[in-house]
Amino acid sequence: MRTYHQLTDPDRSGLADQIGAQRRRVAEQLAGVQRIVAVMSGKGGVGKSYVTAHLARSLARSGRAVGVLDADFNGPTIPALLQTPPEAAAPAIGLDGVKCVSMGHFLTDGAPLSFTGPPAEGFVWRGAMEAAALREFLGDVKWGPLDFLVLDLPPGMERYLALCDILGAPPAVLTVTIPTAESRDAVRRAMRAAVERGSDLLGIVENMVGPQFPGTAGDDLAREFNAPVIARIPFNPSPSVWDEIPLR
Amino acid sequence: MAFAEREIPGDGTLAATFKCPTCGRVIAMLTNPMETQLVSSLGVEIGGRTVPAEPFETISKAVVTGGPAWSSDAQERLSRVPSFVRGMVKKIYGDYAKERGITEITPAVMDTARAELGLEGM
Ligand SMILES: Nc1ncnc2c1ncn2[C@@H]1O[C@H](COP(=O)(O)OP(=O)(O)O)[C@@H](O)[C@H]1O
Ligand SMILES: [Mg+2]
Repeated sequence: MRTYHQLTDPDRSGLADQIGAQRRRVAEQLAGVQRIVAVMSGKGGVGKSYVTAHLARSLARSGRAVGVLDADFNGPTIPALLQTPPEAAAPAIGLDGVKCVSMGHFLTDGAPLSFTGPPAEGFVWRGAMEAAALREFLGDVKWGPLDFLVLDLPPGMERYLALCDILGAPPAVLTVTIPTAESRDAVRRAMRAAVERGSDLLGIVENMVGPQFPGTAGDDLAREFNAPVIARIPFNPSPSVWDEIPLR
Repeated sequence: MAFAEREIPGDGTLAATFKCPTCGRVIAMLTNPMETQLVSSLGVEIGGRTVPAEPFETISKAVVTGGPAWSSDAQERLSRVPSFVRGMVKKIYGDYAKERGITEITPAVMDTARAELGLEGM
């Protein structure tokens, strides 16, 4: 019985080289990007996509070159928020000149994302296919020079961990929470994962602030993680609140 | 043992054969569809890459975009579209078919759509 390491032939598949080439492709494509910011929450429906899109537009209005990578493949909402033309090639140009790529651009209207493959074991390989899609969004889109590439992540930690691996370095993280204790506890897990991976915490955006959602999640998380609350966004805020966010 | 050949029979499985340079004995490694899918999600070619990976290789090959079915000759024609716009082109034909209640896209449907939508060259 021989093992892999006793193969005498040169490694014709060159898998390590192929993976290395993928890494270089991502690095080359992102060479002109100054800052990569992942928007996370650990919880759905708190306004990650809403905050991502409005923050990106505000940065663009202040003269920054901004791209948004919609990494929520199963619930891509960025194309609608940035009103990108439906048939544009990636990256599409949305409101205020924000560049954007989203799985929404690859799917027929309203169709859910699904991959070809053996359905019975879908749970085994689905995450791997999603990581491959993320790698292609990073490595195959001609972003050009950008001051900010903002990534709208789905709930949970998986996409963030894939992102760290593909980039080879942890991105800066902005977290979005609503004021409730329930949201705080979910976002805390996301922030812990980000700290463990070595991400720089840019701050916390407390969204949907008002009588509907009582709580102090923003301040609680700020204290725990020694990170600033960089914005408190009410329901249907005036456009100027985005311009006051100290992230330039 | 030296790597001899890779085969993709088209049923989602993969076979790799190895040959002993001295005695000529051959052994094969077979992977089931799930294992094959996992390897392909890495975006690597077993046996080595002869051409660099095309942009959006995984997304254009493996993402089911929903909508109507594609006949195999229509798929073949779609595969000749440059990969960086393939997803978009597929969506355009898909939307066209959906609006008209067409359930299968064939080369004939593609020709009509092209003429009606003014998409010469797609
Ligand atoms: N500050 C806000 N004011 C009004 N509507 C908001 C606000 N924040 C989010 N929304 C709305 O709430 C819903 C959920 O937000 P979304 O950004 O999709 O959440 P997530 O991306 O975290 O799942 C969307 O319909 C969005 O437009
Ligand atoms: Mg979202």
